[in-house]
Amino acid sequence: MAEFPLLTKDFGTQDLHERAVYERTGGYQGLREAFKRFTPETLIAEVKTSGIRGRGGAGFPTGTKWSFLPKDVFPRYLCCNADESEPGCFKDRYLIDKSPHQLVEGVLIASYALQVNVAFIYIRGEYRDQRLLLERAVEEARAAGFIGKNILGSGFDCDVIVHGGAGAYICGEETALIDSLEGLRGQPRLKPPFPAVKGLYGQPTVVNNVETLCNLPHIVQRGGEWFKSLGTEGSTGTRLFCCSGHIKKPGTYEMLLGTPIRELLEEECGGMRTGSTLKAFQPGGGSMQVLLPEHVDLPLDMNEVQKAGSSLGAGAMIFMDQDTCLVDVSMRLVDFYQHESCGKCVPCREGTYFESQLMHKLEAGHATPAELATLSDICANMDGRCFCPLGDTATWFVMSAYKHFRDEFEAHCNAGECPVKARARERAA
Amino acid sequence: MSLSAATRAEIETARERYPQARSAILPALWAVQHEVGHLSPDGMEEVARILHVTASEVEAVSTFYSMYFQKPHGRHEVIVCINVSCALRGADDIVAHLERSLGCESGSTTADGEFTWSSTVECLGACGGAPAMQLDHRFVENLTPESVDATLAAARASSPHATTGPGDAVGAEPAAASSGERRRGAPAGGRTRPRRRTKPEASDG
Repeated sequence: MAEFPLLTKDFGTQDLHERAVYERTGGYQGLREAFKRFTPETLIAEVKTSGIRGRGGAGFPTGTKWSFLPKDVFPRYLCCNADESEPGCFKDRYLIDKSPHQLVEGVLIASYALQVNVAFIYIRGEYRDQRLLLERAVEEARAAGFIGKNILGSGFDCDVIVHGGAGAYICGEETALIDSLEGLRGQPRLKPPFPAVKGLYGQPTVVNNVETLCNLPHIVQRGGEWFKSLGTEGSTGTRLFCCSGHIKKPGTYEMLLGTPIRELLEEECGGMRTGSTLKAFQPGGGSMQVLLPEHVDLPLDMNEVQKAGSSLGAGAMIFMDQDTCLVDVSMRLVDFYQHESCGKCVPCREGTYFESQLMHKLEAGHATPAELATLSDICANMDGRCFCPLGDTATWFVMSAYKHFRDEFEAHCNAGECPVKARARERAA
Repeated sequence: MSLSAATRAEIETARERYPQARSAILPALWAVQHEVGHLSPDGMEEVARILHVTASEVEAVSTFYSMYFQKPHGRHEVIVCINVSCALRGADDIVAHLERSLGCESGSTTADGEFTWSSTVECLGACGGAPAMQLDHRFVENLTPESVDATLAAARASSPHATTGPGDAVGAEPAAASSGERRRGAPAGGRTRPRRRTKPEASDG
């Protein structure tokens, strides 16, 4: 019998953000046990055994990522990616709001496994209160001897630095995050060399998502084999899903991977709100392709959702009802990518600009069928040709929406207004 | 010297914290903005001097990030999210309401200098409480025209101190949750109670 939830188990506890309270719920036991029962090598092996995949969006196996660090090259760095800015995603904020020490403990366990003496938590500028909570947690942990020299008598030294961003989605891309942390404009770097070989300050570096690191205290305490028994073969453990849109109860829900999406929607989110029926949903945040009502019976499994033509991405589910105009949604997302494009490569910088121009024209009902074809052409020329995934993903939603809702896109051409909104208006009248 | 001794000390402390001084540019810019209200040319030059980089490098970094102000802003900063999750729950109406009640367009400052406001496609990470905005970098969620008005009125009546962002010194009090409960505007998130207690059949095996 497994125990759920895992990460959010004690989130109902009053004052959990305080170290003493966190410790009373079993906090920092994972770190103690990591020192007692594991060497850095066996700890990496344990994380590999757990099968945990990165929770930031790409889903790369964490243990494998860790094993890419070259032997005997020091110093090494760990960067916790708390730059969460994916449209629809707010789980890292929730994890930090409720239990900043769980993240600090995860950062320390990873630092021990990777033999990192300076770890960074890069948090987006908009999360001001969350940054302050983390800074306070770090100071509390330092005062209690969890951060600093010879932690808990283990002989291991580690410092943790909380670094606030200043408003740039691209800094969630790991090499852009590293550039930003070095005091540069946050633009992605050419890979290879990968950060594991040459990252922060040219040294071996691992970048892990908040939620990934929050899993570590549990993996250490319960074991990799136990963790692997949760979820499905390709997607082990639980994940936090941020649910928003036309549902009764928007919020963050920790789910066992493999659970049907329908259960998340109908039981946790309370279903669609009154008067709404599901028209489409995005299973992984703004970057991911749109799915249809028939896909709600898919399991919350990274591979299965991928087979259906989308991805669980960063774990953000946006549910849309019958009155939602997919052209309008596409336009907003395209605007987002155009705003956030770092300008380094031409296909993304120029492509998102043209995309945005055409989407606005289309949404207003003034585009011609030829311009719709141009839009499709531009997307085809961007996808796979951009320097980093931002440019590629700037095309995914709009192209998938065009594929599944072709009639709706075509009906906008030369219509003079948005036909979906006009219909909804008529019905309401 | 264009910056106060306290701000200079804050930047010097940041410089010592990092393995390389240059990494302190972002925190240093926050410190300048916190004191001055925006990034003044003098302030950026002083950051450059303290961190041993050129002023043009500091300026180049500053223009990349959307939360740094190159020009003076109002006493309070209001940012309304219009990305998908907020749009699905009425963000456009909130934007229209703000425009009416503040009497100026997105991206501008009210005539009395109280508010600089803008709508943004940058998702604020408050989708569970959509539609949402930030007032001086604090979340206000589940907005209605009435709650927007109440929030603005409270800000107007508050002490003449604009929070210009994460420049506050370490140790500043977070508005969050000393009670463990959500602050005003209620939860983006919250309920977490996965029901299933046994492992489901592996779907792919």
